[in-house]
Amino acid sequence: MLKVENLKVNFGGIEAVKGISFEVKEGEIVTLIGSNGAGKSTTLRAISGLVKPSEGRIIFEGSDITKIGSSEIVGKGITLCPEGRRIFPDMTVLENIKIGAYLRNDDLTNDIEKCHRLFPILKERENQLAGTLSGGEQQMLAVARSLMSRPKIMMLDEPSLGLAPLVVKDIFNILKEINEEGVTILLIEQNANMALRLADKAYVLETGTIAMQGSGKELLDNPKIKEAYLGKKN
Amino acid sequence: MNINQLLQHALTGISVGGCYALIAIGYTLVYGILRLINFAHGDIFMVAGYFMIFSFAVMPFPVAIVVTLVGTTVLGILIEKFAYSPLRQAPRMSVMISAIGVSYLLQNLATYLFTALPKAYPAIPGLKQVIKIGDISTSLVTILTPIITILLVVLLLWLVNRTKIGMAMRAVSRDYEAASLMGIKLNQVISFTFAIGSLLAAVGSILYFTDRMTVFPFSGSLPGLKCFVAAVFGGIGSIPGALVGGFFIGICETVIKAIGLSTFSDAFTFIVLIVMLLIRPTGLFGEKNIDKV
Ligand SMILES: Nc1ncnc2c1ncn2[C@@H]1O[C@H](COP(=O)(O)OP(=O)(O)OP(=O)(O)O)[C@@H](O)[C@H]1O
Ligand SMILES: [Mg+2]
Repeated sequence: MLKVENLKVNFGGIEAVKGISFEVKEGEIVTLIGSNGAGKSTTLRAISGLVKPSEGRIIFEGSDITKIGSSEIVGKGITLCPEGRRIFPDMTVLENIKIGAYLRNDDLTNDIEKCHRLFPILKERENQLAGTLSGGEQQMLAVARSLMSRPKIMMLDEPSLGLAPLVVKDIFNILKEINEEGVTILLIEQNANMALRLADKAYVLETGTIAMQGSGKELLDNPKIKEAYLGKKN
Repeated sequence: MNINQLLQHALTGISVGGCYALIAIGYTLVYGILRLINFAHGDIFMVAGYFMIFSFAVMPFPVAIVVTLVGTTVLGILIEKFAYSPLRQAPRMSVMISAIGVSYLLQNLATYLFTALPKAYPAIPGLKQVIKIGDISTSLVTILTPIITILLVVLLLWLVNRTKIGMAMRAVSRDYEAASLMGIKLNQVISFTFAIGSLLAAVGSILYFTDRMTVFPFSGSLPGLKCFVAAVFGGIGSIPGALVGGFFIGICETVIKAIGLSTFSDAFTFIVLIVMLLIRPTGLFGEKNIDKV
């Protein structure tokens, strides 16, 4: 469904992503893990068209989207729930949800109801300014907002950042539910343990290159991963 | 000064203030979305004056008004396309210098094409008609200006707060990247913002010059600066702020003239700017920040 081939991204002199290739198949949950500065966010931003790759190709459903603008990429069914939530703080919660469906012109009632079912707190806070939500509530809002475009593939950049363990669990359960409804998921996580448990396929990024890949289970059992990302010693 | 004179001056002040408000909104909208002080805005207002003079000469006035409004709107969009949008990734200072350049370009182009001599502004039938309310006599345009201003601001607030494109404007003014992740096309929204700002400047220009009766290539400079101050006073980025700022500057200016201190009236505007920047840099309705990271 989504294929990244030899992707390179430069910022001035430094190469943040040094030629990575990976694939996300339809219906899968794929996760990218890796330490700070490994190039995970940059990879997703390149897929979304926010940064221009210096080399390589990004193929979505058979067509090359490497040089297409972000707005059109959303239109094709790729959405990014960005690092740090990036909700619109001076719009209401409901407006934030609605703006996620900016490119759609059909009736949103069902989709809004679905968001409310997944995150009941968002219904309660409907008319409150989004900036006054707690961090975790803002994260839920960001996920809900991304869903509103009816994406084929949803990319999430550290959705668990700064959340209480219980809320993280909720968010992961919801991601699973979203996936079961047919949305492909590409997930970046610091919380490698939970991400690997959830994922069908995982890639480990280290300083701009893919250091390891395998099924979630394989990587969970891999001693190197255990030591570097799961904080366990064998 | 008796009560009638006072009312008379108040009316004039409110009317001038309405024009200022319409121009100030252009500064505020553009600043809100690009964080750019569009120094060419006052000159767009001036060019709108010439559009009216020349179209009025060859067509019936309702058509001339439409031509002026459309022409000014298109001018605003073109300026953004050619002078600002190529600098989207550049530092803000470069865009500001480009804006100053456009301002000089318009002034000099107008001087070259139309000479520096003031040209008579056409009298739109009915607008200069004298109206008597009790002992006060005034022209229709004086009464019409604040009414039109308020109507347009209500309409604009509705557009910004209740429509999809308005939602996109607010999103872009807050966070470019997050907005594009929603599928919003930045360039489209920015063009639209310039279109609205220029359209309001054109309306302001018609009302203002009908009252002043002449246009020359520098007609836009001082009103432009005053309206910029009005926008800062109200809190740049805020539409109600621009409205209040416009009326405030217009009324104060008229009062100062009325008490015989005409020479001081322009300086007053800039004292307002300095005082405001010193005591409350965000202006009356300045952006409140509720970011949570
Ligand atoms: N706009 C930018 N300009 C310059 N350097 C950048 C820019 N964006 C990212 N980088 C650099 O690229 C590298 C990769 O950054 P990226 O944000 O992709 O890391 P990450 O894997 O998401 O890390 P984290 O887990 O901390 O979010 C970093 O060294 C970062 O400093
Ligand atoms: Mg990151």
